[in-house]
Amino acid sequence: MSTTTPTAPPASGAATKAALFHPTVARLTHRALLGRRRAMILFALPALLVIIAVAVRTLTGADDTTAGAILGTFALGTMVPLIGVIAGTGAIGPEIDDGSVVYLLAKPVPRPTIIITKLLVAIGVTVAFSAIPILLAGFLLNGNSQQIAVGYAVAAAIASIAYSALFLLFGTITRHAVVFGLVYALVWESLFGNLVPGARTLSIQQWALALGQKAAAEGAISSDVQLPLAVGLLVALTAGATWYASRRLKALTLAGEE
Amino acid sequence: MTTLSIDHVSRWFGNVVAVNDITMTIGPGVTGLLGPNGAGKSTLINMMGGFLAPSNGSVTLDGTTIWRNAGIYRHIGIVPEREAMYDFLTGREFVVANAELHGLGRKEAARALATVEMEYAQDRKISTYSKGMRQRVKMASALVHDPSVLLLDEPFNGMDPRQRMQLMELLRRMGDQGRTVLFSSHILEEVEQLASHIEVVVAGRHAASGDFRKIRRLMTDRPHRYLVRSDNDRALAGALIADPSTSGIEVDLAEGALRIQAVDFARFTALLPRVARDHGIRLLTVSPSDESLESVFSYLVAA
Repeated sequence: MSTTTPTAPPASGAATKAALFHPTVARLTHRALLGRRRAMILFALPALLVIIAVAVRTLTGADDTTAGAILGTFALGTMVPLIGVIAGTGAIGPEIDDGSVVYLLAKPVPRPTIIITKLLVAIGVTVAFSAIPILLAGFLLNGNSQQIAVGYAVAAAIASIAYSALFLLFGTITRHAVVFGLVYALVWESLFGNLVPGARTLSIQQWALALGQKAAAEGAISSDVQLPLAVGLLVALTAGATWYASRRLKALTLAGEE
Repeated sequence: MTTLSIDHVSRWFGNVVAVNDITMTIGPGVTGLLGPNGAGKSTLINMMGGFLAPSNGSVTLDGTTIWRNAGIYRHIGIVPEREAMYDFLTGREFVVANAELHGLGRKEAARALATVEMEYAQDRKISTYSKGMRQRVKMASALVHDPSVLLLDEPFNGMDPRQRMQLMELLRRMGDQGRTVLFSSHILEEVEQLASHIEVVVAGRHAASGDFRKIRRLMTDRPHRYLVRSDNDRALAGALIADPSTSGIEVDLAEGALRIQAVDFARFTALLPRVARDHGIRLLTVSPSDESLESVFSYLVAA
């Protein structure tokens, strides 16, 4: 065994530079996210969407209403939040659960850097596995007629950001982040959103649709929330969730095994 | 930065008190944190490692508060008890990632892997490692930035005797180099073999502190047992029992020795050689028959 004597710690302070992105944290998060069994859903859902798009186009031909229904209900209504839950909670939840987050936290890296890096990875994964397949499915369904494909892809990309931030926060708050995420996405947005009109105001999906509406042709996509309000709420939610997640991480307690 | 100070620290979880008003200072060298399971050792180590806030009191490293101070990790290396690591990485990738998080690189990672003698398996996935290999890679990740303080929570758990010896040797060397090495254990012989200094925690309280033998001697109200062989056991027994420092002597015929129970440690240790000289008795063996950490520990726990 080689021996060394303790030396002064690296004086460069490189690790504590107030960078908002740490490539090592990103690499670990990315590999952990795509390495888990849960990641199968990341591949399965977009594949299913594309298969549906091909089947519908083959069987019924290009139709804007059908395209809007599939992209709005299945893609934006179900697939995007599910992928958001997997990517958002998966970016940090399992590490906190099994305690391996210690190796990230026992380092002179600012906590907000860890959270923002993980958020960016979660957003990247969600966009890659939802917005891009939606764009492709949209083109397959009706050849982007009325900009429906682009409109829903924009909505999916915007929703990816907010879902990632929200579900990443859930991952720092509770061990049951996936359950909470699913309850929000499926019960609040889908169920209450359909039954109680007021609930739609507090729905990431509706905020994202407001931006999608702008990107698509007039009347092709509709949202219950006005654009300025939607943008304001999206920014507030994303920033607030990220700030609070950093705070949670700063004071993360690892209770003893005893 | 080498001195950890725990000053009147308490920590409770709901209405369970895990650590109760503990004050201790841990300096360079190897210190063993000893106590039965549930004594509060992990709680203490988590507070020293900045992963738990004390409910009361302060935990500092050379005067700097540890809780919510990410910069402190430039000086502290942590080897957690929990098994979970980034199992999908190879040992080398894991240690390199830890180095990068410190702003260091492959060179430092390679050095740390060499220190723990894990180069031979560094390109295998961590998921294929044995318990001892995991422990050594964890050590490498904690040593990568050459910290002056090393905290290890139950590092010998699940290790085989050979791995245990290797790790002890490594920790001993770290201590000799002037680092502050603190490890927790509920296994007495581990602490006895390795630590020059021990801190005993029982039921959340600080039960004893210091050199193992000193702690032993501090407990003057506790009977000490010796096994003594001489060339005239009965004459020696007669002379010793006359002194109040001795409370009982048994002639162990099978062993061919005397089993002596002394109630006054200091007086007895002075008396024995004097009595032997005065009576012309030759002492062949004088050995403390319960100087094992086990006996000290069970006494402390019972106290």
